[in-house]
Amino acid sequence: MTDNEHEIEQPDERVPRRVIGTPAPGTSMLGAPEREDVEVEIPGVTLQDEQKARKAEKIVALCFTVTFLAAIAFIISYVYFQVGSPESTGVSNLALGSTLTVALLGLAVGIVIWVRMIMPKYSLVQERHPMVSAEETRGVVAETFIQGANESGFVKRKLLRRTLLLAAAPLGLLPVVLLRDLDNSKMPGAAFNKTLRHTVWGEKTKDGKPRRLVVEGTGQPIRAADFNSPGGILSVVPDGYQHDLNALAKATLILIKFRPEEIKSGTNQNWTHDGIVAYSKICTHVGCPAALYEQTTHHILCPCHQSTFDAADGAKVIFGPAARPLPQLPITVDGEGFLVAKGDFNVPPGPSYWERGDAEAEARSKGGQA
Amino acid sequence: MSELTTVPKAIGGPSNFLDERLGAGNFLKRNLRKVFPDHWSFLLGEIALYSFVILLLTGTFLTFWFKPSMAEIAYDGSYAPLKGVMMSQAYASSLELSFDVRGGLLMRQMHHWAALMFVAGMTVHALRVFFTGAYRKPRELNWLIGVGLLTLALLEGLTGYSLPDDLLSGAGLRITEGVAISLPLVGTYVTFFLFGGEYPGEDVVSRFYSLHILLIPGIILALVSAHMVLMWTQKHTQMPGKNRNNHNVVGAPFYPAFMAKAGAYFLFTFAVVAGLATFAQINPIWLFGPYTPADVSAGSQPDFYMGFLEGALRIMVPWEINLFGTSHAGTLPLSVIIPALVPMGIIMTGLALYPFLERWVTGDKREHHFAERPRNNPHRTAIGMTAITFYGVLWLLGANDEISANFHISLNVTTYAGRVLIFLAPALAYLITYRICLGLQRYDAGVVSHGVESGVIKRLPHGEYIELHTPPHEDIEAHVRGKEPVLMLPAAPDSAGIPPKGMRGPLGKLRARMSKAYGGEKIPLGDGHAHGEGHEEEEHAAIGAGDDHSLTR
Repeated sequence: MTDNEHEIEQPDERVPRRVIGTPAPGTSMLGAPEREDVEVEIPGVTLQDEQKARKAEKIVALCFTVTFLAAIAFIISYVYFQVGSPESTGVSNLALGSTLTVALLGLAVGIVIWVRMIMPKYSLVQERHPMVSAEETRGVVAETFIQGANESGFVKRKLLRRTLLLAAAPLGLLPVVLLRDLDNSKMPGAAFNKTLRHTVWGEKTKDGKPRRLVVEGTGQPIRAADFNSPGGILSVVPDGYQHDLNALAKATLILIKFRPEEIKSGTNQNWTHDGIVAYSKICTHVGCPAALYEQTTHHILCPCHQSTFDAADGAKVIFGPAARPLPQLPITVDGEGFLVAKGDFNVPPGPSYWERGDAEAEARSKGGQA
Repeated sequence: MSELTTVPKAIGGPSNFLDERLGAGNFLKRNLRKVFPDHWSFLLGEIALYSFVILLLTGTFLTFWFKPSMAEIAYDGSYAPLKGVMMSQAYASSLELSFDVRGGLLMRQMHHWAALMFVAGMTVHALRVFFTGAYRKPRELNWLIGVGLLTLALLEGLTGYSLPDDLLSGAGLRITEGVAISLPLVGTYVTFFLFGGEYPGEDVVSRFYSLHILLIPGIILALVSAHMVLMWTQKHTQMPGKNRNNHNVVGAPFYPAFMAKAGAYFLFTFAVVAGLATFAQINPIWLFGPYTPADVSAGSQPDFYMGFLEGALRIMVPWEINLFGTSHAGTLPLSVIIPALVPMGIIMTGLALYPFLERWVTGDKREHHFAERPRNNPHRTAIGMTAITFYGVLWLLGANDEISANFHISLNVTTYAGRVLIFLAPALAYLITYRICLGLQRYDAGVVSHGVESGVIKRLPHGEYIELHTPPHEDIEAHVRGKEPVLMLPAAPDSAGIPPKGMRGPLGKLRARMSKAYGGEKIPLGDGHAHGEGHEEEEHAAIGAGDDHSLTR
């Protein structure tokens, strides 16, 4: 940028002549470049010192060679290192990953050195033009639009226009209608609430007995007499549904053993058995399993958003974003002394939803305890 | 080494073939030497672009093995600890991909790392564009496309995160369900339609799969292309500097310099992603086990870009209301709806509307091709920092269990602090940023009028010490002098005392007041020693200690 500032702003000078000429007929579209002496300075293009460039070329060549070698090493690693165990997969991952990284890095560094030390330094100038088109052009477009609109008859012919709109409206609805069967259960919308209100705890087993509580993972039924250390806790699922994820999403329980004097008024004593209390494990906030329990304070904590419930006091919320207590499941023992459900939860477990209403208040008004 | 004098046949032949059919020569004549301005911050968006390319490449590889099915099978792969365990086919095939396909683990980890880089790249790019006002006319449309892309990227991340169907991804899905079902009126419908019935059902993985590999990336690809075409047509903004003005663009040509640089940058991004995938383990799904709604691991964390939503859910107070009494529908779980929708709504809507709100306030209808320095529009910069702080507080609180564990702070205290900070910190950020911007403007004014410190101490005959100042380098001075006052609406009432049209009524008055606060020159540069046009080289601005207060005030 010395004394030719005005010249370089000419559009023609944007493109150095040395590189691109006018395409001549019959030749390639790039045309034959006009040969210009390298010594002639092209505005905005500062050539690199040839000696430095030669040195840089060697470094670039080295980088590219590294890439070549690393790529070969990648192929060899792929053939040589087999996978199968965590250890061998780890080794394979390390070998493949590091060779790939080095290969890419070599090429990247090489090109950067090429650009910075071999290619010229550029400070080219181009004009900007306002994005808006010329007034005349806009006028022509507007005229064309009007002419076309009139020629089509869309404006003049009311019947055509109105029936077209009429036709378009239901067509737009079709995709929405088609998506109705996204819900594979195909139940009417009114039934969603009913479904969400019930869990498998309300269903008797095939032979008409109340459903047993079994330990999650092992599937062992729980003998009340064996679950006797105060402060003990179990994650519990319904017998027969250990692998039914839909059932588990609503019916999973957390089972806690208290000393009788520890239980406070919020807990429904009639629904406990010998100091054993069962709460829904599904957090009433957004449904994570409230899986953490602190023995000394009787706090149930949901690890997702830290809603904290007081297990001794009806699992009422004492901290965090959950607005409702974990529902309590009525339990008792069967003839063999195993814990069973007396019935379903009296309020829907899990996160709140529009149709839910204040199920707790409703249950209370019916004389029950929530 | 000889140089080319004619186009080689191998290139000339095909070019000729194409030109005769497409007329590409005209396009290339105009565009081969298209000038791209140079600044490190202009390359941030390219990180996102290249990450997207890597995502397409690695993602295609993953689809060759992944089976998007929730059918339960007993695992029979080579990872011993899970042998015989019942799990979904999606999880089993993710394990197979990790342990039984050579390079599979590398590709899976690269895909995950590239996804993080994609969102991170977009975020910093959006911040650069915001703080330099590069969204201003004529680039508002490209800004809107960008906001759309950011939203889609979050959706794409959410659907992808859920596919392996391990315990961690299931926890994310469960939260998604809890949020979806909380929506007023439509919540249960949305949930039953999404999961094909009750949660979790057997459909969500295959549905998310088609969204994740086809629909969303298709839209992203289309929008990215539109983003590029607009950028190309409108030309890139440039930083103020010597010989640069609003009607030109100064930089390096596309061919060969920018092309090579961009290629190298792609390779760098690729190398960093590959390096991370090699040395930094991410999402070791085999440790989590298959998904069951009955379990969750402590310290469950979403990917970083979902952290702000997670934090919002965590610090929310337990509000829930029943609009129509106890036994009727009408439950509004505010403790879910507010954190799920409000922060995201504020940030995304705010981003989308900002260019138009700013134009409404400043009345600035001009084209802008300079990237404004953030200090020169202090209110915008302060608003940006407010948004960052708002987002940042939520993001930090998304990991409050980790903060609590690592810094031995009570978990409850972090939540209570979050509830206060979410209001306090953004307000403070506004004030502090605004003051810093004015301070920096003052510093610029000092540089222009008094020069920069030379490091030379001079003792005057009467014993006083002064430091000599020298004029700034002309590039720096041009950069500083690129400052333009923010435009203001003409709000002054006419001779009859009637404010101009659009400035009457309560909204108009508010607009006028905002315009007055937002616009205008806060700290004029001043002409100092009338030192300009570079012909007063001999005038060194030597200032005594007494004058120097202007620089440090």
